[in-house]
Amino acid sequence: MSRYSALRIVREAMRRHAGWGRAWGSPEPRRRYKVVIVGAGGHGLATAYYLGRNYGITDVAVLEKGWLGGGNTGRNTTIIRSNYLQDPSAAIYEKSRALYEDLSQELNFNVMFSPRGVMMLAQTEHEVRGYKRTVQANALQSVATEWIGPERVKELCPIIRIDGPRYPVLGAHWQPRGGTARHDAVAWGYARKCSEMGMHIVERCAVTGVRTEGGRVQGVETSRGSIDCESLCLVVAGHSGELAQMAGFRLPIESVPLQALVSEPIKPCMDVVVMANTVHGYMSQSDKGEMVIGGGTDGYNAYTQRGSFHHIEETVRALVETFPMLSRLKVLRQWGGIVDMTGDRSPIIGRAPVRGIYLNCGWGTGGFKAIPGSGWATAELVATGASGPLAADFGLERFREGRFIDESVAAGVAH
Amino acid sequence: MSTRLGTGGSAIDRSRPVHFTFDGRRLAGLTGDTVASALLANGERVVGRSFKYHRPRGIVASGPEEPNALLGIGTGDRFEPNARATTTPLREGMALRSQNRWPSLAFDVGVVNAALSRFLPVGFYYKTFMWPRRFWESVYEPLIRQAAGLGRAPDAETRDPDRYEHFHLHVDVLVAGGGIAGLQSALAAGRAGAQVLLMEQSPHWGGRAQVDGVRIEGDPAAEWVARAVAELEAMPNVRLRLNATVVGAYDHGWMLAVEMPEPGPRERLWKIRARRTVMATGALERPLAFAGNDRPGVMLASAVRDNLMRYAVSPGDRTVLVTANDDGYRTAIALVEAGLSVPLVVDARPECNGPLPRRAREMGIRVAPGRAIAGVRWQRRITGVDVCLQAGEGSALEHVPCDAVAMAGGWSPAVHLWSHCGGRLRWDEATAAFRPDPQFPPTGADGQAAILPAGSADGHSRAVEVLASAHRAGVAGAAAAAHEGDAGQVVTAEEGAEAPALAVWRMPQSADHRLRAQTFLDFQNDVKLTDVELAAQEGYRSVEHAKRYTTLGMATDQGKLSNINGLAALSHTTGQAISAVGTTTFRPPYTPLTLATIAGQARGDLFQPVRRTPLHARHEALGAAWEPVGQWRRPYVYPKAGETVEDAVRREVLAVRSEVGILDATTLGKIIVKGPDAAQFLDMIYTGRPSTIAEGRCRYGLICNENGFLIDDGVVARLGPETWLCHTTTGGAERIHAHMEEWLQTEWWDWRVHVLNVTEQFGQIAVAGPLARNLLERLGGMDLSREALPFMHWTEGRLMDVPVRVFRISFSGELSFEIAAPAGRAGEIWDRLAQDATPYGTETMHVLRAEKGYIMIGDETDGTVIPQDLGLNWAIAKKKDDYIGKRGQMRLHMAGERWRLVGLLTPDGAVLPEGSLAVAQGTNANGQRRTQGRVTSAYWSPTLGRGIALGLVDRGPERMGETLSFLQPDGSEYRAEIVSPVFHDPEGERLNA
Ligand SMILES: Cc1cc2nc3c(=O)[nH]c(=O)nc-3n(C[C@H](O)[C@H](O)[C@H](O)COP(=O)(O)OP(=O)(O)OC[C@H]3O[C@@H](n4cnc5c(N)ncnc54)[C@H](O)[C@@H]3O)c2cc1C
Repeated sequence: MSRYSALRIVREAMRRHAGWGRAWGSPEPRRRYKVVIVGAGGHGLATAYYLGRNYGITDVAVLEKGWLGGGNTGRNTTIIRSNYLQDPSAAIYEKSRALYEDLSQELNFNVMFSPRGVMMLAQTEHEVRGYKRTVQANALQSVATEWIGPERVKELCPIIRIDGPRYPVLGAHWQPRGGTARHDAVAWGYARKCSEMGMHIVERCAVTGVRTEGGRVQGVETSRGSIDCESLCLVVAGHSGELAQMAGFRLPIESVPLQALVSEPIKPCMDVVVMANTVHGYMSQSDKGEMVIGGGTDGYNAYTQRGSFHHIEETVRALVETFPMLSRLKVLRQWGGIVDMTGDRSPIIGRAPVRGIYLNCGWGTGGFKAIPGSGWATAELVATGASGPLAADFGLERFREGRFIDESVAAGVAH
Repeated sequence: MSTRLGTGGSAIDRSRPVHFTFDGRRLAGLTGDTVASALLANGERVVGRSFKYHRPRGIVASGPEEPNALLGIGTGDRFEPNARATTTPLREGMALRSQNRWPSLAFDVGVVNAALSRFLPVGFYYKTFMWPRRFWESVYEPLIRQAAGLGRAPDAETRDPDRYEHFHLHVDVLVAGGGIAGLQSALAAGRAGAQVLLMEQSPHWGGRAQVDGVRIEGDPAAEWVARAVAELEAMPNVRLRLNATVVGAYDHGWMLAVEMPEPGPRERLWKIRARRTVMATGALERPLAFAGNDRPGVMLASAVRDNLMRYAVSPGDRTVLVTANDDGYRTAIALVEAGLSVPLVVDARPECNGPLPRRAREMGIRVAPGRAIAGVRWQRRITGVDVCLQAGEGSALEHVPCDAVAMAGGWSPAVHLWSHCGGRLRWDEATAAFRPDPQFPPTGADGQAAILPAGSADGHSRAVEVLASAHRAGVAGAAAAAHEGDAGQVVTAEEGAEAPALAVWRMPQSADHRLRAQTFLDFQNDVKLTDVELAAQEGYRSVEHAKRYTTLGMATDQGKLSNINGLAALSHTTGQAISAVGTTTFRPPYTPLTLATIAGQARGDLFQPVRRTPLHARHEALGAAWEPVGQWRRPYVYPKAGETVEDAVRREVLAVRSEVGILDATTLGKIIVKGPDAAQFLDMIYTGRPSTIAEGRCRYGLICNENGFLIDDGVVARLGPETWLCHTTTGGAERIHAHMEEWLQTEWWDWRVHVLNVTEQFGQIAVAGPLARNLLERLGGMDLSREALPFMHWTEGRLMDVPVRVFRISFSGELSFEIAAPAGRAGEIWDRLAQDATPYGTETMHVLRAEKGYIMIGDETDGTVIPQDLGLNWAIAKKKDDYIGKRGQMRLHMAGERWRLVGLLTPDGAVLPEGSLAVAQGTNANGQRRTQGRVTSAYWSPTLGRGIALGLVDRGPERMGETLSFLQPDGSEYRAEIVSPVFHDPEGERLNA
């Protein structure tokens, strides 16, 4: 596969771009692979990529029931940050963020990582305390964040109303090198590299069964035939429960719709990512000019990739309140994804109860930012059979032992 | 030149001119015009620039599918970007601005992109801008952002002065679309007796039929439309709304619509629960894919016809029609009938001998069968077209001068609502369109099809079939709601016969690369035929990949015009049938929806309800500084003139410690739990045993979640044999109420327990301080002596003749009472107390409780803390078989080495920064500094005259006297000694006084 570059574009332009080959192959699946990864979302593809890059394992198939990147990876609002409170979270998200910094060069595919800065607004005293606490923690975790006052908030994002009647902005938790990236490009970039390493990415190939023998995985049944493997890695986000059931175990995961929407494009007016948790809304402006908006999860479990309108209403209300200038702007499109929520809202990376099966799931509403770091850590797990330090705390056993990694400090109550 | 004709125009009122400006120039239109028709009438061809290449673009369509004519409308606080000219009514004084051009519409610097277009193939940005490494964020991306976007962003301080509102409605049948199909459906359902809501997006009833020359019941369609509307208006069970678009279909038949009422709020959002929705949304005409099809002056044939018939505007004097079906001829005929010239009809079909082509020929219109357009000549306006064989590669056979082109590519049913909520589509070869698949409808609350397609939205093109399907849908909709009245007969219709259409996806059939590179599929986003081909060549073959890689269909029209032609291009390139390529998912809203409309009235002061206690006005009068606590407003502190917040807190704390203070405690949750099984229920909810509280007494209780973590605390009082009153935290009232209900409803649904949130029924006042009893006794009416009302007891009586409950409890460590009075009467008591006591706010309350070492939910807890961590083992009934959280607390990690509650004192009395972490030796495996504790609350203590802090420290209570180091983000360090968390009155003498 040939390299992408400006020079190459000029050369191709001379021959009407006839020389561009496929970004990734479309092979028939083989009967057997060393590693089978189910789910060609960002996490599945990144796991495959780092298996090849870091461990030289390329006898890998990534099986995808639809089109690659078509799950939450291609539906999310692309916020990247690592300003988490708990040590294990900060470690893996910061690793991930750091990998994003160079991902375009690494993959030779412009994933448009844009470290434009992420601010989380504090609009209650309780939030102020929560974020100040996180700033304290981040300092010891080597995650560069700071507490900023309302004037600085306004300076960084002039369209925010800081003196709203209901929830004036009291300050913000600011991560200058958080930002966004182009979600599809992340999936495509990894896919292209995996393909280049000789891995098989098999689209339109749904896994319908998991074969085990004596407590060990043997392979999978798919809509395109039976495939054997030594190791099986399940990376299917909202469908993790289904796959676990096929393999005969259960997961502490619920699948719920999470919605997002975009406005019509307008000229640049917002250079940072803003999250407002008190009022439940967050927003950034894409390079196309659309305002990309997200809110909270729907209140019930479902597998339909859509949600109920009242959640959209809640989110939009919050944003019109925080950014009154948006008032006459129009929503172009709303959609939903099925997110995989664990009890402590932290992911699961670790061994499954069946030998040879590895899990990467539970990223819930916030796993886009984690794709490179999670792939890195999961590859280590699959390649060596044991979690390294990045993933060590995220194993399934934490639920049995009560070692939760709870990030929801802001969900405590105020007196 | 486009101009207004001397006669005609069903929608305009020639006697009432309307003045407006376009890019600062003064122009005039007529009442009834859309912005688009007014611009066309003034000869404005170029109305905007495209997204990527900044090509000049003109009006293409006449409805919500318009991709090009997006304008900035209005000024100041009423400025709206990206308004669609085709659906915006013209208003007096309107200020219109073209978009995405700099410095001006005619001369735009961005067109260099067009000149460089071959170097900017689809997806080029994924392949470059990667070097030098940091240039993406500092150079390339800012440039791209500046060039992208369409309309100007409203100014940062814009405050929309208009009103938006929400309507809620239940109906049997919602009819979306007021064309002849919608009218026929509404008539059938209305006559049958159903509650019907009929909505039409435009300001006109009757849709296309009137423009297309259909006759119904022997009369021109317009006459029948008038009769039908009159009949519907006379029905009490039918509501009709013009300017109202059904924009979304959701689960269980829940539908969303938006209306531009006149007069009324700016927009109105309708939330409709419809048993059935008749989807009579019509069809959208497709553009044809030929080189130069994006030039200003190339329009959909139907749009040309609409402008002619409704607004008496023609886009040109000499219009070439290019078509692949008979329907397009209606435009040619209408133009000639209006006295305009149609030099040529280019028909891709080798045979075109249907009645309409025959009629056109009879009128002297030249028809060229089997032909295609090889190019549109353009010199700041269209000067002509080159005509070639459809079967060829595009060598021009003749040049035909003209100033406008009308294109008729066939019709696609507007199936969006069907798809929004899971309905599937099937590709119908015969009509070359995606039609609703009746096998897989979106389902309603009853599990049946919630949406009934009718008319051309269901793929019918003949008026007879359109009306018949609409009648059926109307009858079925009514029947679903058990309205079986006489729906009447379907009306008869006649229209000219049509010969079969040809599905033409590109012109000419084997267009060479040069032509394909000038053939636009998505006008707004500048996606060309060659772009889709290149995407497929690079493996972006699934429709979703192709869409995302090329941005086809992602513009503000959401693919209404581009979708099918794009799919066809993909199908052609990949060699798959269109049915196998499939389509991307249609998502709500059908047409863009204003954000403020979604927010409705909930803006500004009405954003969320502000909850005020019955004492609110009194706090205001006292000059309270407010703290929002959830939806409540609570006094944070009451600064007096000249006092800082710190001064005021100090004064209030000392007043409580030495005299007496009063606090508005109304917001604390109050939940009544009552019933024969209330005792066992409460023993499950609380870690302790509320069942053993004697009547007349109270006890502190803890509530945990399933995982054992502490989520709320408060005093529980036993009111009667089967009745308890549970106090929660302010933030906990709704949450704990819901928590109790959830357990009752999902797990213990057979327990006889009622739970009632009575928080707002009472005004509650805490009276705290050594003089508290003294003061209360002076109020008169109750014996509150130590003997009559010992600590942790409560009693009922009348204070100052106000019925009250008095609780002898304390959250300050002082002698303290809480008085609960009916909400309406609490003020009387407050007023009396305030004469002798110091009102204090939440911050003072925090300081007082911290001095006493009392924990605060949300400070000492954060969802990861169990009661045992806080030294609250005494509040756990260890012998109890079960309570919510017990099993969680038995997990491995819940015992042993945990961070536990301690007090922390700095040697110099300084206040530790809240949230500070106590560092331990070295770093962990991820290179993070190890920690061994954290500060959970820290205050300046006026009582002790120094800083105090509570914290959670690894095995803290076993390490009294040790000194910890708290490293700050700025590199500085605080040191603090581990001490008991109770700083004030450890023996509790004052409390029990
Ligand atoms: C609306 C929304 C907004 C979000 N916003 C953000 C954000 O701003 N920042 C952030 O960090 N995160 C965000 N997220 C979360 C983020 O998108 C996800 O955590 C992340 O993309 C998960 O990636 P994944 O690879 O695990 O899952 P996915 O991308 O969902 O991939 C799983 C894949 O598995 C496939 N699959 C499922 N079952 C089978 C089977 N039986 N056989 C074969 N294949 C199968 C699916 O088709 C899918 O492609 C958001 C999510 C949503 C829905």
